[in-house]
Amino acid sequence: MEPATRNVDYLINVPRLDHNHQLSLREFPYIIRWRDDRCKRCGSCTAVCPVKAIEPTVKIQRIVQSEGALPTPVVVRKIVPIVEQVTDMDRYCTGCGACTLVCPNEAIEPEYNPQNKFLHYKNKGGEGYKRGGRRNDPSISTLDRLKFTRISMLTDPALDAGRHEFHVRTLLGRILPPEDLPLKKSNGKLMVDKMSDTFIPPVREIFPIMIGSMSVGALSPPMWEGLAMGVSYLNEVEGLPVVMCTGEGGVPPRLLKSKYLKYFIIQIASGYFGWDEIIHALPYMREDPAAIEIKYGQGAKPGDGGLLMAQKVLKLIASIRGVPQFIDLASPPTHQTKYSIEEAVAKMIQSMSMAWGFRVPVYPKISGTKTARAVLNNLARNPYASALSIDGEDGGTGAAYNVSMDKMGHPIASNIRECYLDLVKQGKQNELPLIAAGGIAKKGNLAANTAALIMLGASAVSIGKYIMQAAANCFGDEYNRCNLCNTGRCPRGITTQDPKLYRRLDSDKVAERVVEVFKSANVELKKIFAPMGRSTELPIGMSDGLSIDDKAMAERLEISYAC
Amino acid sequence: MCRLVAITSNEYFSPVENILALETMKEGHDGSGLGLTLRDLGGEFEELKGYPILSGICSKKGVQMLNEFMHKAGFTLKDIWTPKIKHLKGIMRRDYYFARIYDYPESYRNKSMHEKEDLLMNIRLSLRKIGESDGSMFVFSFYPDVITLKEVGDPLQVYEFFGLDKNTIKAKIIFAQGRQNTNYVIYLYACHPFFIQGYCSMTNGENTAFVPIREFLMSRGFPGYLGYNSDSEVFTHTLHYTVRQLGLPLTYYKDVITPLKASELEMREDKEALKLLKHSLRPLCIDGPNVVIGFTPEGTCFMVHDSKKLRPGVVGGVRGKYALLSEECGLDRAIPERNKSEDIFPMKYDMVMVTPQAEEVRVWNQLQGT
Repeated sequence: MEPATRNVDYLINVPRLDHNHQLSLREFPYIIRWRDDRCKRCGSCTAVCPVKAIEPTVKIQRIVQSEGALPTPVVVRKIVPIVEQVTDMDRYCTGCGACTLVCPNEAIEPEYNPQNKFLHYKNKGGEGYKRGGRRNDPSISTLDRLKFTRISMLTDPALDAGRHEFHVRTLLGRILPPEDLPLKKSNGKLMVDKMSDTFIPPVREIFPIMIGSMSVGALSPPMWEGLAMGVSYLNEVEGLPVVMCTGEGGVPPRLLKSKYLKYFIIQIASGYFGWDEIIHALPYMREDPAAIEIKYGQGAKPGDGGLLMAQKVLKLIASIRGVPQFIDLASPPTHQTKYSIEEAVAKMIQSMSMAWGFRVPVYPKISGTKTARAVLNNLARNPYASALSIDGEDGGTGAAYNVSMDKMGHPIASNIRECYLDLVKQGKQNELPLIAAGGIAKKGNLAANTAALIMLGASAVSIGKYIMQAAANCFGDEYNRCNLCNTGRCPRGITTQDPKLYRRLDSDKVAERVVEVFKSANVELKKIFAPMGRSTELPIGMSDGLSIDDKAMAERLEISYAC
Repeated sequence: MCRLVAITSNEYFSPVENILALETMKEGHDGSGLGLTLRDLGGEFEELKGYPILSGICSKKGVQMLNEFMHKAGFTLKDIWTPKIKHLKGIMRRDYYFARIYDYPESYRNKSMHEKEDLLMNIRLSLRKIGESDGSMFVFSFYPDVITLKEVGDPLQVYEFFGLDKNTIKAKIIFAQGRQNTNYVIYLYACHPFFIQGYCSMTNGENTAFVPIREFLMSRGFPGYLGYNSDSEVFTHTLHYTVRQLGLPLTYYKDVITPLKASELEMREDKEALKLLKHSLRPLCIDGPNVVIGFTPEGTCFMVHDSKKLRPGVVGGVRGKYALLSEECGLDRAIPERNKSEDIFPMKYDMVMVTPQAEEVRVWNQLQGT
């Protein structure tokens, strides 16, 4: 086929095949496979494509045909409408596959091109490539290499996941060492000494898988609402105390004053978005929130701030966050009003605790880093610090530079393990819970990854990207599929504020899936713990239950090697 | 599954009673070891109740080191008891089995029992450290009025090997464990009963929560919490930690190792304290399958189970003599004259306690707290 229109210049003095400054499709990460014979030219695919990577166009087709009894070949040229992938790097095919979804005849689909040189060119205008999603590394993560090898066999009967009572719960909040408990004996019984001035920190008993911080704003209204409804249902109906973090960006006003607030962890980050509204709502709150998370870092983009693009700042978002509409909302990389770890951590934790009368656990979240232990040790000595959340390099985000996502940060497995063992050395492993995040259920193994992290020393885990994939069919994966969260053009309606896009997403269906995901994870966790003979308490730090098929990893994680 | 026989009486009795009860329960067991702890000693020890007794095994080289060390530490040897060893096929004889009675160093004679206990434990730990690398010395207990004997082999044979059938050694509380080796190499420090500062216990079953419990105990900053060649040693140390270190009444041991569910806690008068304890001592929670039989410094013997009760246990006897065992047939052998209908098979909420001198048996119910 040849183009239906020709450039006039070519006709006069330029050789026709000199497209030297154009990119070939081989440079692109996804190549569209379009089938002429199946396509009925309805135009659905080109209309739905979020990046306009494909467009309808016409080509001249040369056809040799013959009519009559004897061969009398005649060459005819016909103009045919086709669907064509553009070779403009700004409109690269993200591989999301929305075109395939809408095609009535299975005539089109993107195919991953492992030879692509996408990153060589994705810096037009001198601007680095920005995207959403998580680290583009499809290899098997450490978490997925961990195996549960201590199976109870005969010498200690395995438990029955269906018959025995299981207590798959964890504690969120600082726990006093037994020596410090304000107890007194009276007639051989222990009583709490009400005259004691010992501060008993607030503790919540929760399900060990939490939904991590994703803001109203980063997520579309139906997505956030779906998660919130699912979480509330799990608590109210299923009796599964799942909590969810709001992310930085405030809380819908109605929720702030509702009885469901207790299922939410409110996040405060360096932009303080939404906090004016939260503070003003304090006198009207019927319930305390589950906890307060102070975000100091994020696994996907360590040391980097947050950014909500102007196009996502619509009326609702602007009002929740207390800002004007359609402006970029940047959260700085650090809390600008603080200048030291004592200032940033201790005072902020104390201030947030004080706001809720010391009834709410307050904990910081940091990105996975070699320096996590320094933060940990600071927190271990702070009686008001309720936990430490560490977000590993495989954590997701709505918007970041690709280089931050792909190259910055620390894997969660060894980071959580060294922090736990550090606490063990100090005898504080039960005092300060560790929350692990970043890459959990990257390959869908939610319960297994959770159990592995718990046995390495985490008290709980946080999930983000996974729940978007499992509950709302997010297209994103580690082959850089889709990952358009930052653009506000999410084809699934998950990370967009455009009503035309988010009306594709049904919040009820999201809520239903959230419930299914957590219920099944609960069953699967029991199926892991039962054969290991554990049911009464979460096996935090039960490292003898784990093995890995790599000696160096086994040594680093201080677990056994099995092959 | 190990065989466990604990007998407590108001009269001195011979360990043969424990051994015969173990023998009755033998069916299906390989009998890979015997551990004996005798407390409240009679016979030749009756006059020496205030003096600490060091129980252990030494090589020839070890004896020399032991003498030198104890001399330097200021202890004076008062008496030595050694079993009259009978060579038996299948039991490897070590050089020197002993129970040595010492007098405290001059500077400690007027100190409190608490301080003396710390001294005795530290001496025992130092001796353990000296002899552990080359196996030249094993020390099992160093405490007044307590003797511990351990050796690898069939319990009945080990009993004969030690010449206990011809010996007059007697006590009012005797714990015996017939070891059933499972997944660990047979090692003397892995043999029950375990003893620390007046607290002793022996256990049946694997401890699936062993590693977090061990890490919690080892990080308490108490020098005696080490060893753990057996996953059962943590039960003794948790008992010691709960009662001696935290100062909690004995029944709270049950609340520590098998805490109640949140809904069950509400029924207890001390629920507020229990909630705090449950959180703070969460790593000590066991998951079974275990039955724990133990005694405390004042002489109370007890039996508890994990909350799923996956191991058997029975308590029975007559006023003045009770036995706590892993199997009913052993009890029939130990105290045949009892009224069998009064035997107690503790259930998941029960803690059975026999008061000192085997005066009475109490079943404490965790759910009601009484």
